Amino acid sequence: MPEKKIRVLIAKPGLDGHDRGAKVVARALRDAGMEVIYTGLRQTPDMIAEAALQEDVDVVGLSILSGAHNALVPQIIQKLRQNGQDRVYVFLGGIIPQGDVPSLLDQGVSKVYGPGTNTQDVCEDIRKAVLQQA
Amino acid sequence: MVLDLLDKMGKGNRLALSRVLSEVEADSAPGREALEKLFPSTGKAHKIGITGPPGSGKSTLVNALAKALRQLPGNPKVAIIAVDPTSPFSGGAILGDRIRMSDAIGDTGIYIRSMASRGALGGISARTEALSEVFDAAGYAFILIETVGAGQSEVEIARLAHTTIVVDIPGLGDDIQSIKAGILEIADILVVNKADRPGAQQSLNFLRNMIEMGFRTTAPRFGHHKLAGMVASEGTQITQTQGWLPPVLMTIATKADGIPQLIEEILKHAEYLRESGGWRAKEAAILRHNIESLVAIALWEAWKGRVPDEGLEEQVALVMNRQQSPREAARQLLAYNLNIKTSSSE
Repeated sequence: MPEKKIRVLIAKPGLDGHDRGAKVVARALRDAGMEVIYTGLRQTPDMIAEAALQEDVDVVGLSILSGAHNALVPQIIQKLRQNGQDRVYVFLGGIIPQGDVPSLLDQGVSKVYGPGTNTQDVCEDIRKAVLQQA
Repeated sequence: MVLDLLDKMGKGNRLALSRVLSEVEADSAPGREALEKLFPSTGKAHKIGITGPPGSGKSTLVNALAKALRQLPGNPKVAIIAVDPTSPFSGGAILGDRIRMSDAIGDTGIYIRSMASRGALGGISARTEALSEVFDAAGYAFILIETVGAGQSEVEIARLAHTTIVVDIPGLGDDIQSIKAGILEIADILVVNKADRPGAQQSLNFLRNMIEMGFRTTAPRFGHHKLAGMVASEGTQITQTQGWLPPVLMTIATKADGIPQLIEEILKHAEYLRESGGWRAKEAAILRHNIESLVAIALWEAWKGRVPDEGLEEQVALVMNRQQSPREAARQLLAYNLNIKTSSSE
C-alpha cells in the first residue's frame, strides 16, 4: 500500500561554507527512511522557500554557522507562510547562541539543535511533528 | 478537496500544483482522482529524457536546457522531474539534483520536482509518467526527466520520453562500455558533456563512428530526415525513432556551451517525429508501457495482499532445505489463498 513518505528540505542559507553538519543530518534522515532534498550551499531565503514549495516538503531543516540566523531565519519563515506553507515544520542547526533561541522559537522555528546533538533525536522530533500535522 | 486543488492549479497556483504532485506520487485516492480528471487534457507536452552515468553533468545540463527552452518563442513553461535512487536499506533517499539547478529557481516558469525511485517493478516509470501527466495538464510544454543511468533506469526513461538524450563524458573507460550498456540504442541525441576535458574529440568520434557504422541497426546511414515516411516500430520493445540518425554534440553545461545546438536538435527531433508519424507511434508505445506497468503493479500488490509474510517464509525455509525448488515455491505462492481471497473479498 502507498505509505506517506516524510519529505525534508535541508538547506544552508547564507554564506558560510560549512556543510558537514547539514550533510550528516541529511544522511541520518535518509537512513531513517525519509526523502531528503538537499539544496547545497549559499541559498537565499527566496530559493529555499521556492524549493520548499516545489517539493511540497513537510519539513525544512536549516543549517547556519555564520551567525546570520537572526536575519535569515525569520525571512525564510515569512516566505514559507506567504506561499501558504504555514504548517511546515522548521528546525535549525548550527552555532546558535542560547540567547537567540527564544526569539527564534517565537518566530516559528520548532527546534534549535547545537553541536553534539544526537541525530536520532532529530529524526524522532520530526516523526512526532509530522504525525501531528497529519 | 481534489476538485478545489485542481481548480486552483488550473489558475496557476503553484502550491496547489505541488500538492497534487504529492498526492499523485503517493498514489493516494485523491491522487488517483486527480489523474482521472486531468488525463483528458494531457498529450501536449514534449517529454525529454536525460540520462547518463553519475557525474556526467546531467543536472547541470538540464538546468542549462531549461533556461534555454524558456527563451523559445512564447516562453514555454518547463518542468523538471529529477529522479534519484531510494536506498534499498532504509527506504529513504537523498535527492541532490537541485544543487546544480539553483539558478533556475528565480524563474517561476521552471518547476523542479525531485523524485525518489522508491519501490520496484515498473514503479519508477509509472510514477514518473503520473507526475508528467500532471505537469502536462498544468500547461508545461516541456518536461525534462532526469535519471542516473545505471542499468535499467535509463531504459525505463527511454520508454516514457519522446526524445531521449544520453550524456557521456570524455575518458569514461573503454569504448565497449557504452556498447554494452546499450546507450546507443536508446539515444535520440548523444551529448559529450564536459567537452573542455581531454579526450572529448575521441569520445565524439567514437560515438559518431558507432552510429554511422550502423551499430544502431534500425538507423539508415544516409543522414538526417531522409526516410521521413518511415514509421517507428512499436511493440513492447523500446521504440527507436527509425530514419533518425542520432546527432552527437559537444557541450560544456557549466558555461552553457553547445546548448543552442542541443535545443536545435531537440526541436528537430520533435519535428521529425511529427512529420514521420513517429510521434503517434511513440505515444502509443509510451501509453502501452504505462498500462502494462500499472497492471504489473496491481498484480504484484494484489498478490502481496493475499500472501502473508509467514507464507513466504515457509516457502523460503523449504527451499533453503532443498526440499523444494524455487520454481515450485513460486508456483505455490502464486496460488496461495487464491480461493479464499476471491470468495471473501466482496
